[in-house]
Amino acid sequence: MIEMNNVYKVYENGVTALNGISTTIDNGEFVYVVGQSGAGKSSFIKLMYREETPSKGQVKINHVDIGDMKDKQVPYLRRSIGVIFQDFKLLPKLTIYENVAFALEVIEENPRKIRRRVMDVLDKVGLKHKARFIPAQLSGGEQQRVAIARAIVNNPKIVIADEPTGNLDPDTSWEIMRIFEEVNASGTTVIMATHSKEIVNKIRRRVIAMENGQIVRDEHRGEYGYED
Amino acid sequence: MKISTLKRHFKEGAKNLIRNSWMTVAAVGAVTTTLVLVAAFLMLMLNLNQIADNIESDADIRVFIDLSAEEDDIDELGQNIGDLNRVEEFYFSSKDDELESLIEDLGEDGEAWELFEQDNPLNDVYVVETYEAEDLAGVASTIEGFSNVDDVDYGSETVDRLLQFNQYARYIGITFIAALLLTAIFLISNTIKMTITARRDEIGIMRLVGAKNSFIRWPFFVEGMLTGVIGAVIPIALVLGGYHFLYINLNDRLNFQFVELLPWNPFAWQLSLMLLAIGAFIGIWGSVMSVRKFLKV
Repeated sequence: MIEMNNVYKVYENGVTALNGISTTIDNGEFVYVVGQSGAGKSSFIKLMYREETPSKGQVKINHVDIGDMKDKQVPYLRRSIGVIFQDFKLLPKLTIYENVAFALEVIEENPRKIRRRVMDVLDKVGLKHKARFIPAQLSGGEQQRVAIARAIVNNPKIVIADEPTGNLDPDTSWEIMRIFEEVNASGTTVIMATHSKEIVNKIRRRVIAMENGQIVRDEHRGEYGYED
Repeated sequence: MKISTLKRHFKEGAKNLIRNSWMTVAAVGAVTTTLVLVAAFLMLMLNLNQIADNIESDADIRVFIDLSAEEDDIDELGQNIGDLNRVEEFYFSSKDDELESLIEDLGEDGEAWELFEQDNPLNDVYVVETYEAEDLAGVASTIEGFSNVDDVDYGSETVDRLLQFNQYARYIGITFIAALLLTAIFLISNTIKMTITARRDEIGIMRLVGAKNSFIRWPFFVEGMLTGVIGAVIPIALVLGGYHFLYINLNDRLNFQFVELLPWNPFAWQLSLMLLAIGAFIGIWGSVMSVRKFLKV
């Protein structure tokens, strides 16, 4: 469970990104975070995997205040969260297999387990046959599927995606969404910031809409609600 | 840490060296240059230390006893000398002993002195050793104040000057070595910093998927260590070869001036090991310093 309690985020340059946010996201929920650029979506999301810490207020994951967390604890928090970005962030010199295995290697997982888990997850995203390719040989949609595979390979409780379909054409976007739905169906909380009206309006889920660093709307099975 | 993890770190560290080969050459070059200079200074300093030690252990005070002193006076003087707390040990050497050793020291020229055996003009002597060479002057002047002392001699000028020179040389050497090491660390850390920008994404992803900072740091640690160790190869070769050459060609000539170089074996080996350790140390320090700022959570 993710709880935010009157959270403010003011950056060093004086910009106020979040202006008193309070919300709760239960385990297993699927949540869209929508809003115009600069509304605070990214800051909101970054607080959850402690890329940022709140200037005021509390961010709790499973009742642990992660703002107060010691730096040493942060890696362990991140192992329970998978993060996906608009620009994939794959390592260009590594193969698809290595890119996914990387996430398990750095947490010192047993090498035999790594092989099995990586192949399993590549199968799940439909890229088992391209394990030996490097990212540049893959399409954008495929690269994003690799990034998702990397994010879910160690069975995180929460998956956070920051505009995962932002660089993809509509058809490919639906493929990505299908994977997210599967991930969510297996009990993983999915939080996704997006600008895609089509996706939000078609796959109806909870919608948190943000404006000027505040939550202006929070609806179950909500609509996108902006005219882009 | 698991063996497989350690293996991975070494593989990664070595791979990074190869991947950024030009930067590696630059960093290794920095270490090599530094260590050659450090080796030269160390060689000089350690030998100066050795020379100083020789002087210190050889140096003693010779107290010439008044020719008119009676046996009781001589005993009393001995007691007084023994009471001084900087005196390590002392012994009495009668004028006959003195003459004998003089004749011996002078070899063939000494024969002329044999004439004096009948009527020895030399003084009885107390030979006094102090704990530290630095105490010689103080003890000597104290003894000079005792009664029945004709003269006191400890080769004051030579010893004082040599000791002083040695002290300066030590300070200057240490300062130079410290400055050299800092420069090398700085150069290495900058070189690795240049390669790090390329690895920024990798570090970012590592942190994102929950790698501990120590895990991220290890390959850099290995990389720095390898840089330092490789950088030490040429300096070590120079030390082993160069000192051998010096030792063979110089030591015999120097021997006459009561100066002796540290023996090639084990000194050159010890110095080589020292260079290896210093190389690894500056390599590790430089590289760990460069990665630090990428590790803030």
